[in-house]
Amino acid sequence: MQSIVEVQQLTKKFPVGTGFFTALKEIDLSFTRGEFAGLVGPSGSGKTTLLNIIGSLDIPSSGEVVVMGNSVSRLTARQAALLRKQQLGFIFQNYNLLPVYTVYENVEFPLLLLNLSASERKSRVLETLEWVGLTDKINSRPAELSGGECQRVAIARAMVKRPVLVLADEPTANLDSVNSHNILKTMLRLNEELKTSFIFATHDEKVIAYLRRIIRLEDGRVVADEQVTPTNT
Amino acid sequence: MFLLKTALQSLIGNGLKTWLTVFVLSLSFVMIILMQGILQGWSKQAIDDAQRWEIGDGQYWSAHYDPWDPFTLDSSTVAIPESFLPMIHQKMLEPILITQATVYPDGRMQGVLLKGIRANQQLLEIPTAGLVGDSVGPVPVCVGAYMARQLKVRLDDEMILRWRDKNGTFEAVDIRIAGIFKTSVPSVDNGVLWIDLNRLQQMTMRPGEANLLIKSPEVGVSQVEGWEYKSIEKLMESTLLLVKTKSVGTSVFYIIFLLLAMLAIFDTQTLAIFRRQREIGTMVAMGMTAGQVVRHFTIEGTMYAFLAIVVGAVWGTPLFWYMSKVGISFPVEAADFGVPMADVMYAVITPGLVIGTIIFIFLVTALVSYLPARKIARMNPTEAIRGKVK
Repeated sequence: MQSIVEVQQLTKKFPVGTGFFTALKEIDLSFTRGEFAGLVGPSGSGKTTLLNIIGSLDIPSSGEVVVMGNSVSRLTARQAALLRKQQLGFIFQNYNLLPVYTVYENVEFPLLLLNLSASERKSRVLETLEWVGLTDKINSRPAELSGGECQRVAIARAMVKRPVLVLADEPTANLDSVNSHNILKTMLRLNEELKTSFIFATHDEKVIAYLRRIIRLEDGRVVADEQVTPTNT
Repeated sequence: MFLLKTALQSLIGNGLKTWLTVFVLSLSFVMIILMQGILQGWSKQAIDDAQRWEIGDGQYWSAHYDPWDPFTLDSSTVAIPESFLPMIHQKMLEPILITQATVYPDGRMQGVLLKGIRANQQLLEIPTAGLVGDSVGPVPVCVGAYMARQLKVRLDDEMILRWRDKNGTFEAVDIRIAGIFKTSVPSVDNGVLWIDLNRLQQMTMRPGEANLLIKSPEVGVSQVEGWEYKSIEKLMESTLLLVKTKSVGTSVFYIIFLLLAMLAIFDTQTLAIFRRQREIGTMVAMGMTAGQVVRHFTIEGTMYAFLAIVVGAVWGTPLFWYMSKVGISFPVEAADFGVPMADVMYAVITPGLVIGTIIFIFLVTALVSYLPARKIARMNPTEAIRGKVK
């Protein structure tokens, strides 16, 4: 299988006071195309930090992270932005939708960055909103949507540019059980239909039940990395 | 283009706060154009009126003539050079003879400047036709409306005029107010009695002499010994300097408006960058560089200027039209003010003024939008996404 992310001996330290806090310690991981994997662990285990480094939003203190052939620590800010723009999608716990934009405009935003034509943007946005079942809300603003709807907009925004990899940080943390399952089913369907890889950072059992690969983190170390059969599909 | 689009969307999404800032900015925008337009109008009117009433297309002064020193009038009254005579004959040069005199309206005594001008002149707007009089009877003179009020005289009123001739001998004659004219040029009106040139030359025993000559546009400038040419710019120097000084003084008002608007934009931008850090982090996560986000926020702030121009155009255009066509009345007498000043002042709003003001407001707005936006470049996107930037 084609590797899209290679993590080798990754260590990440943050300055705290006069010393350092080590968030990730000598992590070795590899992700292939089409994975539906999760970084699972309690708060402070380093899930989000690892996700941020894979997403080229942060850089390793030592070791190497190669995302689609690009070494994250060697990328310039412009190159990292280009990688995120073209290949990566992000889904956040708090949705992080742009509040003054409508649903349509939020989903259209990544395509504006890619300089696609207006007609191309329109067809892609409408198609993506259809996937997530929000075609009736295209003119609503985030404040007018429920939490589940907001997260579906966030998924649509991450998926609209057909990224190779989507990084989802606690995507169901603010959702109820029904909405969580709907969201996860949507993502699973996108994973299967478009072969988009998903890496989650989560400690939510509902998410874990959908994963095909679980990487358990504790105190910044990988303590388990196993392929599993999803209990909820 | 996409930055413009997204910036405008953000701005309109901010609702009432945006429109309040836009209104204050539009106020300063309109004020700058209007005040500058009025001052430009004043400047233009002052030059036009001065040309029509006093200075023509420039003047030749005799070497010792100093309009601010009446004691030099006698010594600066000299014979008109022969080279000027053909042009005087063709009414392209108008000689003016000036002397000090005293009038006695109703027994009161008042010092005046007696200015001689040909009755048939056509260069200036002073109504001199009435200065032609009989050889007997009171000598006709004309005065400005302000001077008539000062002397408390009306048309056809008579009084005694006393002056000294070339030899220093006091002479006196009865004069009659043959004309009262209204002008916005105080130096033609305040303290001046206009009389026929030939008569004044006879009265002062200075035939063929003058202190200055007013030039028409048809006459070229030439060097004449004993005479100095004064251009329009030179003659209007003090008036234009006053207008310029007024312009600086007036700037204070619109600088205050502009500062208020800029403060609002700066404050809005600073708050926005703190409040919208999740948005900023998300934009970076979606593939914008920090520089692009800085530009986004700078453009967003600068769009206030764009909206202010649109809003200012909506309510300012009728105002500009009114001030250009109907004008504004000033409760100031030109003669009291000391410089040419019409009763009604019209704003002169030129494309240059409007474009210059637009560029100025855009630059200032861009600057105050950019200053707080610079912080974005130093923001850690992973903290910004979680709204943890302090």
